[in-house]
Amino acid sequence: MNPVGFYTLFYKEVLRFGKVLLQTLIAPIITALLYLLVFAHVLAGRVEVFPGVVYTAFLVPGLVMMSVIQNAFANSSSSLIQSKLTGNLVFILLTPLSHLELFLAFVLAAALRGMLVGAGVYLVSVFFVAIPVQHPIFILAFVFLSSAVLGALGMIAGIWAEKFDQLAGFQNFIILPLSFLSGVFYSIHSLPAIWQHLSRFNPFFYMIDGFRYGFFGISDIAPSFSLLVVLAALTVLTAMTLLMLKTGYKLRD
Amino acid sequence: MSAAIEIAGLHKRYSRVHALKGLVFSVERGEFFGLLGPNGAGKSTLINIVAGLTRFNEGRVTVLGHDVVTHYRRARRVIGVVPQELTYDPFFSVREVLRIQSGYFGLGRENEAWIEELLDALMLTDKAGANMRALSGGMKRRVMIAQALVHKPEVVVLDEPTAGVDVELRKQLWIFIRRLHREGHTIVLTTHYLEEAQALCERIAILNRGELAALDSKRALLARGIGRMRRLCLTTAEPMRAVPEALAPKLRRLEGNQVELQLDRETDSIIAVVDALRAHGAVITDLSTESADLEDVFVELTHGNPR
Repeated sequence: MNPVGFYTLFYKEVLRFGKVLLQTLIAPIITALLYLLVFAHVLAGRVEVFPGVVYTAFLVPGLVMMSVIQNAFANSSSSLIQSKLTGNLVFILLTPLSHLELFLAFVLAAALRGMLVGAGVYLVSVFFVAIPVQHPIFILAFVFLSSAVLGALGMIAGIWAEKFDQLAGFQNFIILPLSFLSGVFYSIHSLPAIWQHLSRFNPFFYMIDGFRYGFFGISDIAPSFSLLVVLAALTVLTAMTLLMLKTGYKLRD
Repeated sequence: MSAAIEIAGLHKRYSRVHALKGLVFSVERGEFFGLLGPNGAGKSTLINIVAGLTRFNEGRVTVLGHDVVTHYRRARRVIGVVPQELTYDPFFSVREVLRIQSGYFGLGRENEAWIEELLDALMLTDKAGANMRALSGGMKRRVMIAQALVHKPEVVVLDEPTAGVDVELRKQLWIFIRRLHREGHTIVLTTHYLEEAQALCERIAILNRGELAALDSKRALLARGIGRMRRLCLTTAEPMRAVPEALAPKLRRLEGNQVELQLDRETDSIIAVVDALRAHGAVITDLSTESADLEDVFVELTHGNPR
């Protein structure tokens, strides 16, 4: 084990996004708040998704989780592709860090950024609307596991992509649609049957639904099942990423 | 005691290219070893395999007895590699880069004194707080050398460290690399410059198309005539059709008024060549000499038939 090496890579990844806070933390918080203001203004008072929960309050956990998902993915994927394209990834590949240490450092740094953005969105939102907290353990479990899933997916995308264009494609054609169509703005019970069915194949739906359960104690799916789905996604993506690191896929020619 | 680097039956194939063809050789501890070859010879592929950056198809590579595949962590702790490409992380300052690199190897505050020593030795102290983006190319190259040395590796591999570097910096780097060698480090240097290898290396391997074209001590290679040749380039007032018969075996190129001859430093006199050309009617307007380059070495090694 090389705990100092692991911590150094984790610290370096945190320092990396910490040096551009405006882009990595402040901007996504403002984006989420704009969604909140626009949707709350248009739909508040007209829509009631959960009984007794105002729409603005319903929206907040979804927006928090969407921010977590997008930013955790962005952190690991952009760090890896930038290091690959500029060539400085070599200074990590030359070190005695194990595949697991590399994986954990990148994923935990990505998870931290995702959770910091999520916390920022939540803290600013509570100025606009009261949001109950029914099951804090579920909130913490879903936010951590979901950000770790997206950190791992970001690693896979960052290792796979050979240019920024490919990574942008991954982000715009997979992450963005899946996060928008995961129940951020609605409950799947309000959808036609076919869309309800399709939503169940979207892992982001389980992340948001389980996370929202932590606040309101209400969900579309049993939260324990959602937790299992998220855990399964993390296990599969962890195995894939470790295999990529072990074989040197697109990292060591 | 195991060798610094041991390479046994090493094959590397890219889809259609057989880049390394069964290399077998070792670099002994404490040696100053030169790895020479033209572009595409396989030098960087070999270095990258030793460093664990490139996978290989067959064979075995060890660093101080540690297999670079099965015991990659141990192997990487004892080797420091300066990559050929000039790369840097634009997010960090010089000192941050070195602290981070030191941390990857499990070293914390106890390594601060060595980092300061490296900064001083590589004349980077006054730039320690500067962002990497603000440095000149030569300074970035020195930071890369410091990164490779930050964990005090026993084996240091420098992949063309002086490529694209001005003469003054090249001399400074030579002094620094010699110091590392004196302090007991095993040095492996790849270079395009024969002059550099001659000045620094004790033993030299020459790679050509993935095979060892030569592997011997510098003295033995020089005794074989390698590096003894030089080129004489002449410009004549009028285009020449032919050179005197006595000079024909030494002719490398004759194009219009440009004449290029390959001379043996010890047996061929430049004055005698110039006199022979003048006697042939040539009016020489310009003259220059160049040291033998790797192409000359290959011509010598392959008896005039470079592959």
